[in-house]
Amino acid sequence: MIDHALTFAFACFGLALLFNLYRIVVAPGVVDRVLALDTLVINSIALLGLYGILEGTAVYFEASMLIAMTGFVSTVSYARFMLRGDVIE
Amino acid sequence: MTEILTEASAAEILVSVFLVISGVFGLVGSFGLLKLDNTMARLHAPTKATTLGVGGILIASMLYFLLFEGTLSFHELLITIFLFLTAPVVAHFIAKAHIHRHESPDSTPPTGCARPWATFETDEMREAVEAAERGEAATSEARLKAERG
Repeated sequence: MIDHALTFAFACFGLALLFNLYRIVVAPGVVDRVLALDTLVINSIALLGLYGILEGTAVYFEASMLIAMTGFVSTVSYARFMLRGDVIE
Repeated sequence: MTEILTEASAAEILVSVFLVISGVFGLVGSFGLLKLDNTMARLHAPTKATTLGVGGILIASMLYFLLFEGTLSFHELLITIFLFLTAPVVAHFIAKAHIHRHESPDSTPPTGCARPWATFETDEMREAVEAAERGEAATSEARLKAERG
């Protein structure tokens, strides 16, 4: 039963990644692209968590922790760059 | 259907329900990114629904390792707390970038007082307002003293 639920969740997040990819390519402005990139990172964290359940190991959580931190820093620096034209003043 | 249900234990049902709910939330969050029609509205879907979806996945994984492997891991809780802390910060930064790129003090809704929205207020404007407030406070204190004699 968990296998079916896992497959469903994998399908949902895979489709969500495709939506984000579409929004990165076709967007009205650069702000939407940054937002879509941030969502892409969060969805990939969810996919890594699902893969950890599938394999039954806790190794992937270390990886997703690293991805979460990198994603946060990169989104904040994108936002700084959009605001100031400069990341570190 | 009945066979599946009789074979499944309560723990399996619990983990599966968390997985399905969080999958739906993740999908809705990313679909909102496509469907909603302006940037400020689009900001809501990923920062709220998707974060909830990831939180659900991580709770499901904690339950899975607790109930089936017999180990309690706190990594998932760490990731959940980190995401719940950073999602509002990211949303605020993106909203601020959008306001400064695409809006002006005239296109934003009225604040209801003499001051503009904080992000448009320059240092000189803020100093002027604060000096006026200090002046008012000083005069009212002086009036109180005078009334007391």
